[in-house]
Amino acid sequence: MTRQEILDELKKVIAPYTTNKEMLAGIDDHTDLIKDLKINSANLVDVIIDAEAKYDIEIDYDSADKMVNVGTCIDVISEKLNQKV
Amino acid sequence: MNNHILNHLPYKSSFRFVDNISMLSENEVRGEYTLKQDSFFYEDHFAGNPVTPGVIITEIMAQIGLVVLGIFLILKEAELNFVEDDSLFPLLTSTDVSFYKMVLPGQKVTVISKKQYFRFGKLKCYVEMLDSDNELVAKGMFSGIIKNINIKNG
Repeated sequence: MTRQEILDELKKVIAPYTTNKEMLAGIDDHTDLIKDLKINSANLVDVIIDAEAKYDIEIDYDSADKMVNVGTCIDVISEKLNQKV
Repeated sequence: MNNHILNHLPYKSSFRFVDNISMLSENEVRGEYTLKQDSFFYEDHFAGNPVTPGVIITEIMAQIGLVVLGIFLILKEAELNFVEDDSLFPLLTSTDVSFYKMVLPGQKVTVISKKQYFRFGKLKCYVEMLDSDNELVAKGMFSGIIKNINIKNG
């Protein structure tokens, strides 16, 4: 999966947890999940769990810790996807 | 017995809404509370017509359904080096509750909570409250975190 493909899917994963749909449409690597998308910090856990289901991957505590912006989310998802192959 | 867990609850006197834990496992908790006739909120909610406020119903569900189970799960995680009890604070992060019946002063309610998940320090549960006739008072999804306090992300 390319980063762009992951990004497109990630938007769908994030959608239920942000009310800022306009910002969501235009997210890039630097978009901060809490500060920009105003996701409740505890709901980041739901984003991570939904991402696991979506990509059929397992995200450990250390990886989850890195997932603060869209770029690092894609990094982690991409890394876990590669480990599967 | 399960009630030793109550010693770990940070709530005191007028804001403790748990009398007894009748069942407690990694996936489920059941507990009871009897509303006190002289609770502080009845005087004004409503004057001459006391009814338990929805926020108090919600709090009872959260204390039994989320906090008791959450503390139980954290105490089980042996490797987690939690230090002092008084540094553990439960923080409610979201609720979505529907109410079906009023609860009057003196009534006993039962709360049953089923764990949806406990990951990355967040506990999410489906919680129901029943009255003494076993009728549904309220139900909903509750989420919270319990850890050594760390509020830097709000």
